[in-house]
Amino acid sequence: MYNTILLAAEEGAKEHNPIIPVWQEIVVGSIAFAVLCFVLMKFVFPQMEKTFRARVDAIEGGIKRAEAAQAEANQLLEQYRAQLGEARTEAARIRDEARADAEGIRQDVLAKAREESDRIIAAGREQLAAQRESIVRDLRAEVGTLAVDLASRIVGESLADEARSRGTVDRFINELGAGTGGR
Amino acid sequence: MIGQSTVLAAEFPPSVEDFYLPSILPWGAHDSYWFTKVTFLIWVAVAAIIIFFLVSYRKPQLVPTKKQWMAESAYGFVRNNIAVEMIGPRGVAFAPYLTTLFMFILLNNFFGIVPLVQISPNSHIAFPAILAVISYFMFIIVGIRHHGFFKYFKTALIPPAPWFILPLLIPIEFFSNFMVRPFSLAVRLFANMFAGHMLLLVFTLGGFAMISSNVWFTPFSIVSWLMTIALTLLEFLVICLQAYVFTVLTASYVQGALADEH
Repeated sequence: MYNTILLAAEEGAKEHNPIIPVWQEIVVGSIAFAVLCFVLMKFVFPQMEKTFRARVDAIEGGIKRAEAAQAEANQLLEQYRAQLGEARTEAARIRDEARADAEGIRQDVLAKAREESDRIIAAGREQLAAQRESIVRDLRAEVGTLAVDLASRIVGESLADEARSRGTVDRFINELGAGTGGR
Repeated sequence: MIGQSTVLAAEFPPSVEDFYLPSILPWGAHDSYWFTKVTFLIWVAVAAIIIFFLVSYRKPQLVPTKKQWMAESAYGFVRNNIAVEMIGPRGVAFAPYLTTLFMFILLNNFFGIVPLVQISPNSHIAFPAILAVISYFMFIIVGIRHHGFFKYFKTALIPPAPWFILPLLIPIEFFSNFMVRPFSLAVRLFANMFAGHMLLLVFTLGGFAMISSNVWFTPFSIVSWLMTIALTLLEFLVICLQAYVFTVLTASYVQGALADEH
């Protein structure tokens, strides 16, 4: 057993020392590794870097676009809010104006109505006064005629019955006095 | 079955020779290295990575498909968690190379635990050595380009220390920055893959050795094979970790070369 080990070891030492490289393997390994390096470093990894960059661009571009959209939306929102506020104040203003207008119109109408009623009342009074005047005037004329009639009748009767005529005149005058005394 | 198991048992204990399999073309030759299992696996790894990335990134879209997403997350992981994290914003320029490096190491390491394949090309030091040499020249060239030739070596070699310590520090800095780095990179990866393969061999072949020497050892053989499964899971961890470490260290060397202050 020991001999075989020794033999193998001797053989190994004679034929192969594991720490001394075999030059054919160096050649083969160099060529193989060079081929590998050439293909990967020329065709594969630059492509990957390109893809990585494109991916970063895509993501960053997407973020930028989203941010822009967000900003625009915010701006629009602000704008709408401002417009809404304006509209509200406008509406309030219009309401106030309308209220004021309505009040003015009401006052106007009221004043006009009052004026009209005053006017109507005044006109009625005037008419009444005028009628009264004309009636009084008519009455006066009538009273005169009546007086003349009466006088002529009294005179016509030739003052026969002085006492009776005196009574008639008195009664007449009294009637007259009662007629005019009312005023 | 029994015959095969005794053949496998005869292989125990595994030796360095188990890492140098007979050549595929010409078939069975022991001194031809142009087309062996490991070189074949290297080509398989290269082809697989290229096809995966080209197919999944044929028509890139802003909203990725599942395949595209997988390819992107592989690149994005190295780009953001290694390149940009270690180097800063300038690291994006190095992300393609670092990703290629990471995928290459990861897949080649992964062959170490793929059933029926089960050997990682990185357990042959030639492949880690190539990668380490590339990393080595890369950080030096990056440094010279960034600072200019003399200024780069000045910042890299002369730490801000009192003058009387400098004769001691400069050789140490030179040794650690310009001599140890490529070796440590290469050997770390190589040794991890080598040891992982060796461990799996020991436990697998050990099981056959025990069962063929004495039938009563069968339980031990079963335990040994269970250990193989457990170690395969451990190897998976090592595989990912070593690919990550190699890439991170390369990034860190580049960062050091770009750094303005010591």
